[in-house]
Amino acid sequence: MSATILAAAGVTKRFYGFAALTDVDLAVDRGERLGLIGPNGSGKSTLVNCFTGIIAPDSGSIAFDGADITETPAWVRAKHGLARTYQIPRPFRGMTVKENIEVPLRFAVGHGSARTISDAAQAILDQVALADKADVSPKVLTQVELRKLELGRALAARPKVLIADEVMAGLSDSEVDEILALLTQLNAQGITILLIEHIMRAVMMFSQRVVVIVAGRKIADGRPDDVMQQDEVERAYLGE
Amino acid sequence: MSAPTTFAPRKVPVPRHLHAGLAIVLAGALLVAATFVVGSHVSEYYYLAAYTILQFIVLGTAWNILGGYAGYVNFGTAGFFAAGCYTTVVLNKLFQLPLIVDMSAAAVTAGLMGFGTGYLALRLRGVFFSIATLALAIVLQTIISNWSFVGGGRGVYVVRPEISGLFGSYAHLLVMLMIGLATCAVLAAWAVEKSWIGIGLAAIRDNETAAETCGVPSLRLKLIATTTSGALMGMAGAPFPYYVSYVDPATAFSLAIAVNSIAMPLVGGTATWWGPVVGAIMLGSVQQILTVTISSAANLFIVGVLLVAFLIAAPRGVVGIVRGWKRGRQ
Repeated sequence: MSATILAAAGVTKRFYGFAALTDVDLAVDRGERLGLIGPNGSGKSTLVNCFTGIIAPDSGSIAFDGADITETPAWVRAKHGLARTYQIPRPFRGMTVKENIEVPLRFAVGHGSARTISDAAQAILDQVALADKADVSPKVLTQVELRKLELGRALAARPKVLIADEVMAGLSDSEVDEILALLTQLNAQGITILLIEHIMRAVMMFSQRVVVIVAGRKIADGRPDDVMQQDEVERAYLGE
Repeated sequence: MSAPTTFAPRKVPVPRHLHAGLAIVLAGALLVAATFVVGSHVSEYYYLAAYTILQFIVLGTAWNILGGYAGYVNFGTAGFFAAGCYTTVVLNKLFQLPLIVDMSAAAVTAGLMGFGTGYLALRLRGVFFSIATLALAIVLQTIISNWSFVGGGRGVYVVRPEISGLFGSYAHLLVMLMIGLATCAVLAAWAVEKSWIGIGLAAIRDNETAAETCGVPSLRLKLIATTTSGALMGMAGAPFPYYVSYVDPATAFSLAIAVNSIAMPLVGGTATWWGPVVGAIMLGSVQQILTVTISSAANLFIVGVLLVAFLIAAPRGVVGIVRGWKRGRQ
């Protein structure tokens, strides 16, 4: 079993004239806590979309768990254990919170009896501290609850890798800590976590390694403290 | 105290989740029985009226499988319906086959059309998909209008086959057949709604991208929905040539068909299998009464008025009203 679980090799993606990603190489190790940072519009979410199959890269390849998945549809990647959350929460609004969790349990994990699926959903809701909201509509959830629902739905797919795309944006300090504690706990259970985040305090606390993307290019990759001291990173964030 | 109970009649419990399905089958069987008993004791008009309402139960239910469950709005119901009609016309000209064979052939034709539409839905979402279905119906109408074998734009007369002594009249037979078809359609909708397919379609309707990320095979599920929906619409159209005995493109591709198949599920409620049934019975009956008492031109007008009224006052249809009322009582 190789150390790398998820990798992008030479990934390039253009939207008409705009180069969103240029020749990006990124390897995520099994069990790692990797932080991915960069200014707004630098291509972080585009990279996540390439990883999860929401968009296809123009060139380059994506590998997951030892297999090339560049051509694999998104739903198959989810079944194989590649889960994500969305920056702007995308709950299934016509369902209850618990039914939301049951969708990946049914489709990504497999077909159990209604009873086992319900029990598993309840366990996930307990884990993300949403148990008391099981039967309400996602329409009445607060921002932090919606993020927890996103995380819960990703967890329900029994992921090997969890990509958390700005799950903490707009949350208060204590809410950020709450989500961080949850992510750390999941990592301790063996889930590899790729954290995309703007909140530097969270990134520095959580990540074992940090990758910086600016204008669609990877400019730094290393230990959090080292990366933040690089001139290029400083320029990208603070200007000349 | 181990009394020999081997010979006591054992009550086989019906699982709770199958109750509705059983009720649908029973309702269908009761209607067939009632129609059989009534026979030719009533004016044929009632059969013709019942036929129209049953036809719209099938069309509304079929539309709802794609439009209500998956959220893909089909404006081209008339295209699928007409594909069924003209399958019968073609078969009737070539061979004299039992109507049930015509209906199966219509299911295949319209089902294949539905499958093709499913591939459209691969790239087109929302309003773009809807416009594509409308265009599909128009293209098909143009082809039929220029195909002289099936009468072209002038239309074609269809000779009704002989009927057996069991049925009082041909309308009698057609109504029985439509009850059977409506029962099958509603059963299919119920089965889809309650199964994993229905859950997947609901996820697609709420957010297709998130559904994919949760492992929902959206293309496969959409193809199942478009094919089932199309096949049922085609089957609803298959007996129509015998019902009117003269078909032309203007009738088979009528705007009223497309509008009614959307209006009825919306008025009844799109979330459940029984919504379109309630909507079809409500709107269908009102239209029949208006046709007799005022004029047939009032038909679409009243559908429009009711649709607007429901969209403003009860956007979730009768289903929504009933659910709200139940919740209020709890």
